[in-house]
Amino acid sequence: MSAGMDTSEGTNMDVTEVETDARYSIGIDLGTTHCVLSYLDLTKATADPTEEVEVSVMSIPQLSQPGLIEEKKQLPSFIYRAHDSELNEDDITLPWSDEPDVIAGSIARELGSKTPIRLVSSAKSWLCHGGIDRHADILPAGSPEEVSKISPLTATVEYLDHLRNAWDHQFPDYPLTEQEVTITIPASFDPAARELTAEAASHISFDHLTLLEEPQAAVYNWIKACGDDWREQVSVGDIILVVDIGGGTTDLSLVAVTEDDGNLTLNRVAVGDHILLGGDNMDLALAYRVKAKLAKEGKELQSWQIQAIVHACRDAKEQLLLDNDINEVAISIPSRGSKLLGNTLRTELTRSEVQESLVEGFFPQISIDEHPVAARRSALSQKGLPYAQDPAVSRHLAAFLSRQSDAASDLIEDSAADDFIKPSAILFNGGVLKAPALADRMLSIINQWLTDAGAEQARLLSDSDLDLGVSIGASYYGYVKQGQGVRIRGGLASTYYVGIESSMPAIPGMEPPLEALCIAPFGMEEGTETEASNTEFGLVVGEPVHFRFFGSNVRRHDEAGVQLDHWQDDELEELPELQATLPAEGRKVGEVVPVHLVAKVTEVGTLKLEAIAVGCTDENGEPERWQIELDVRS
Amino acid sequence: MNIDVSSIPTTLDMFHLVLVILSLISLSLLVMKRKSVASQINEAPETVKPVAPQEPIQEKEQPKPAQLKEATPDAALQLLTLLQQDARFIDFIKEDLSSYSDADIGAAARVVHEGSKKTLDTYFSLKPVRSEDEETRISLPEGFNASEVRLTGNVIGEAPFNGTLIHKGWKVTDIRLPKIAAGHNTAIVAPAEVEL
Repeated sequence: MSAGMDTSEGTNMDVTEVETDARYSIGIDLGTTHCVLSYLDLTKATADPTEEVEVSVMSIPQLSQPGLIEEKKQLPSFIYRAHDSELNEDDITLPWSDEPDVIAGSIARELGSKTPIRLVSSAKSWLCHGGIDRHADILPAGSPEEVSKISPLTATVEYLDHLRNAWDHQFPDYPLTEQEVTITIPASFDPAARELTAEAASHISFDHLTLLEEPQAAVYNWIKACGDDWREQVSVGDIILVVDIGGGTTDLSLVAVTEDDGNLTLNRVAVGDHILLGGDNMDLALAYRVKAKLAKEGKELQSWQIQAIVHACRDAKEQLLLDNDINEVAISIPSRGSKLLGNTLRTELTRSEVQESLVEGFFPQISIDEHPVAARRSALSQKGLPYAQDPAVSRHLAAFLSRQSDAASDLIEDSAADDFIKPSAILFNGGVLKAPALADRMLSIINQWLTDAGAEQARLLSDSDLDLGVSIGASYYGYVKQGQGVRIRGGLASTYYVGIESSMPAIPGMEPPLEALCIAPFGMEEGTETEASNTEFGLVVGEPVHFRFFGSNVRRHDEAGVQLDHWQDDELEELPELQATLPAEGRKVGEVVPVHLVAKVTEVGTLKLEAIAVGCTDENGEPERWQIELDVRS
Repeated sequence: MNIDVSSIPTTLDMFHLVLVILSLISLSLLVMKRKSVASQINEAPETVKPVAPQEPIQEKEQPKPAQLKEATPDAALQLLTLLQQDARFIDFIKEDLSSYSDADIGAAARVVHEGSKKTLDTYFSLKPVRSEDEETRISLPEGFNASEVRLTGNVIGEAPFNGTLIHKGWKVTDIRLPKIAAGHNTAIVAPAEVEL
């Protein structure tokens, strides 16, 4: 891991009282398909806390096509690796640079739609894909060798760099790196993906950086939108389900409302698995449906026409999912040549087709015990992105609620149930749920489950702007961190374990049984560190030593140091392995050094694992420590 | 440059005579029109010719030369680029419609309409000049803005003017046209495309 990100230095200070000299609180939504940056003037907001705080979304200058620079609220998360003779140098200038190193944003998406082999997309999904080396230059995935490639990490750095330049250009007196910056990540990001995001940010060297889970940001956005009224909308004992369906991923979280000294408190008690399923899948589903329809009429489509149909379906879908009388929308795909007439392909998308493909396809009305059929992610052996195999969001949600049946039982009495946890309020986020037909369906499915179980119906918490909400919520969080308003309690959303092979005589054809040592407990907070475990590991000097690594988002009560010898099949999920390398300085290569493992959660919000040598100290008398790599580079 | 004097015709042929007469007539028409515009302003006659609002015409006897603004070609070319890109505007207008069926034209028109709408919505904020329904009676007080509202028909008497709103008008309230890179050649409104 790169140095310089560790801001905590092992101290245990109370973060609610962190004072910074930053003028602005910046929220960056680093999305799979779009990035958004919003800002809040801290000086103005703290001067009069009774005033409603103002959050603005920055317009991001970007090339929309060669030579044209547009300001947009969203920066599409795409990079185009242009061929040397493809673009005129004069045509790719930006307000802050006449020769940018990379071509990012709208223009990249535009050029890439015609030359996909040069388009870097979904870098965020690659960033959390444990089966690959995320520092390796692999994107654009699967393109010819001649195309110069970049790593998912570098792509992330480039998006941040574009945002930084855009900000510094607009606010030259307040450099972005000196502001209070909050970057959002999916709640389902594993420790390595969080660390990689922080590492990407470290290349920009932010002074004050925090990572915030996207569903939490959505809750902050809701609180900000409600003002003081949020306390009227929820009460003690409420369980808020946050459903965030973006362009590429579906992210789920549960927030329990409790009371502390007479004040309402919010606790994020559970997060879902990483589900690569979102709006893009829906557009594709419609496009393939249209393609099939045209094929029946004897019209074969070329790949550029399918691309165009995806675009057209995206627009058509928005109209057909509204609550209106439109029953069909024409889809016209013009020829690529200058002859428009006679060559325009025409068909239509009907309301019933959208209903069938999207509402029934992605949000089928199912019972609470129907869960996704495909196996859960096994982290190790995939080349492409691990897309969700079951497109039904409702089945993923049913599985989540069932798995998390007792998520809030420590905080809210009577909330434990055998079958599934029963949310009493629902908050939607993400572009997909802007469509009333989909939001209504999602709500009715949940309420059907609740009614069947004899529980009260859940109410929908009204949220504003589902597209920009995460970024707005993130900049509001930066303000909350200054000690204003309510803060969601979170901490680690999983318990983490290191695998230990039990020592037993080798038996052919049988793997030695595995035990799991808990190294970081559920809910561990930022700025804290666990005690060293009693279990000793041997590190071989000068050689990388690998550990199997596991996470569980259901085992909430395992303390650090607990060793499990058995568990239910789906309780623990294997994560990419860890690696520790002991430098050979002052030791003999091949020597085995006994170590303990400790975990800490940094102020930034990342997990750090360290090996502490048993019984040997450095020149200051402190035990020697080595960082354990969460992201193993091959 | 040498001019061969012998090649200049010494007598006027019929064609050139007609040409000279025509040009004289049009010149005199132009002068008369100029006068009548000036007189219309003073006397408020029955018909008002549309007058460009940017062209201040003085009510004095001796009109000053008007200050004309040069329309920047870059902005116009940029708009053509955007309309071509999103709406295939130039492709469509350059087509010869005569040999195509209405169904074909309709299919293409959808592309042009949807795209133009998108372009217009993205780069301009438009709102009607008058919020009243068309074909209803409205009243214009004294001192109404003549560049916003144009009087037609039986234009006599004093304000307030009562009349029927024929067209509600359009007003651009905001323009968000992209900026243009300094070295960008705006004349290329659509690059040729070559697939490898």
